[in-house]
Amino acid sequence: MDKMVPYPSGAIVPERDLDKKPILETHHLGIDFGGLTAVDEFSLTVGRTEICGLIGPNGAGKTTVFNMLTNVYQPTRGTILLDGKPTAGKTTAQVNRMGIARTFQNIRLFSNMSVLDNVKVGLHNSIKEGFIPSVTHLFGYRKAEKTSTERALELLDFFSMADLAKVQAGSLPYGAQRRLEIVRALATNPGIILLDEPAAGMNPSETAELMENIRRIRDTFQISVMLIEHDMNLVMNICEGICVLDHGKIIAKGTPDEIKSNPAVIEAYLGKKKEAEDSAEG
Amino acid sequence: MKKYRDLSKYARTNLKAYGLVIIAFAILFPLQSAGMLSNSLNGQLIPICVYIVLAISLNLTVGISGELSLGHAGFMSVGAFSGVIAAASLQDAVSFEPLRLVFVIITGGIFAGIAGLLIGIPVLRLRGDYLAIVTLAFGEIIKNIINCLYVGIDGSGLHFSVKNTSSLGMSGGRIILNGPQGAVGITKIASFTAGFVLILFTLFIVINLIYSRSGRAITAIRDNRIAAESVGISITKYKLTAFITSAALAGMAGALYAMNFSTIAAKKFDFNTSILILVFVVLGGMGNILGSIIATTVLYILPEMLREIGDYRMLIYAIVLILVMLLTNSSRAKQMAVSLETKIKNILRKNKNGSGEVTDNG
Repeated sequence: MDKMVPYPSGAIVPERDLDKKPILETHHLGIDFGGLTAVDEFSLTVGRTEICGLIGPNGAGKTTVFNMLTNVYQPTRGTILLDGKPTAGKTTAQVNRMGIARTFQNIRLFSNMSVLDNVKVGLHNSIKEGFIPSVTHLFGYRKAEKTSTERALELLDFFSMADLAKVQAGSLPYGAQRRLEIVRALATNPGIILLDEPAAGMNPSETAELMENIRRIRDTFQISVMLIEHDMNLVMNICEGICVLDHGKIIAKGTPDEIKSNPAVIEAYLGKKKEAEDSAEG
Repeated sequence: MKKYRDLSKYARTNLKAYGLVIIAFAILFPLQSAGMLSNSLNGQLIPICVYIVLAISLNLTVGISGELSLGHAGFMSVGAFSGVIAAASLQDAVSFEPLRLVFVIITGGIFAGIAGLLIGIPVLRLRGDYLAIVTLAFGEIIKNIINCLYVGIDGSGLHFSVKNTSSLGMSGGRIILNGPQGAVGITKIASFTAGFVLILFTLFIVINLIYSRSGRAITAIRDNRIAAESVGISITKYKLTAFITSAALAGMAGALYAMNFSTIAAKKFDFNTSILILVFVVLGGMGNILGSIIATTVLYILPEMLREIGDYRMLIYAIVLILVMLLTNSSRAKQMAVSLETKIKNILRKNKNGSGEVTDNG
């Protein structure tokens, strides 16, 4: 790479209103699938520029929470306030435009498209271009296309991926695919980004780089980050607040230190002392 | 150089399509004007143009947007019959035939586009097989509606009826659409040049659309619907965009098609026609515009060329279809094609250099 951009230009980092109002609030959120209550009484507040971790054993309902926050599932009970506004009844696309972006546990890239085009799809709502310019390639098409290419490259450059711009997204190595998903989510200009197991399948050095990137995203773009992760080293190192979920209910909330010493959390992860001994014998 | 690189994908795949069409026209047009083409080929030129436009437009729905639509002939027929009515209405007002043809084609496109919108809103909520079934039904419904439609024109304007010609209540004038007999007494104003221009127009619209913000949104929805939604793309809007554009282009092709015959009936635009167009698209390659053009031309001419062998014609046609499908899908065949290509290149290079040294790439 011939040029390094330590911080992106004003074009891709919009001004943010960092007042005390939290970016995301949920009140008594719950969802039932048939007779099964997957998540219940989920109340959480994520502050501006906060990095918040959502942890819990497998099947605790973490991804279900993400799906409710992005309206992939409509919650059965409770309310979600995004930037103070309720998201009930909105589509996933509309909720994204309100300022929430996400990545997926099993990577969902547009694998037949180039890396650059993936990011440009992310910029879809930031740079408008009507149907007539689209089919004629006139009337402002070039300008819109140029701006979106420039911004996409700038975003890619921020993650040292600009030289991969023309590569087909599906042929990228695993770590780069995960990074690209984050870039694409950031391109939608969110106020909060939800990362679903961003470190899954990564080696320790990649994980360290990811931690650095998450901090840089928060500091540079001035947004909040909420992440689901099983790598406790990562969670304890970068999260300011942690929320522990078990069997669809919040069993603990607090700072990393509080969580580490919380007996309920230890029990959820390791089982009761008696059971642990039993299983050790068995 | 850099600019070329940026454009390379766009240029390489699609300028070829423009180039092929322009070269074919440049060769065929003088031959046609000089009367050097056989009667059967001469009569096929305009239908081939029409089917190329239909294949490209269906490729937008099936290949680019990834929705299996089996009602393309329905849009074609909406375009054809609205075109016929427009042609009859404009007969006296616009005496310059090419200009009238332009109006007719535009009318066909607009009405088919409206039909696309009306069908698309409910239908695009469905996915996969269900969408295919409903579009299939739509094609049949359109056919049956036009089958019982009577339209006539006289001094006071257009008259419509669904009963019979006598209930049109006309004073003099003439019948344009005569129920099951279809459109009668069409003045043939279609020309090969018009077909050529329509292909170029279709290529322009479809290729530009693919390489634009809307096109990226459409392919993103096809590649991963959930991810596309998560980055704020409205699924309905872009599916409709692709569907309506495709329908409008099919309508234009239909209008041109109707202007090539003196009579045309609704039963021409049946399920078989829809499938025929789909065969062109599938064999040309999903999302491959150049492929659609070549497949249409070859597969349209093939049955005519095989006419001499009579009953075995459709057998050969079917075998060709199966072989093409097998060969384009097998990785072994692709390897063989690549190795054959390198061998030919080596032979050419050897001849050029004049030396006996051979590098074995086999």
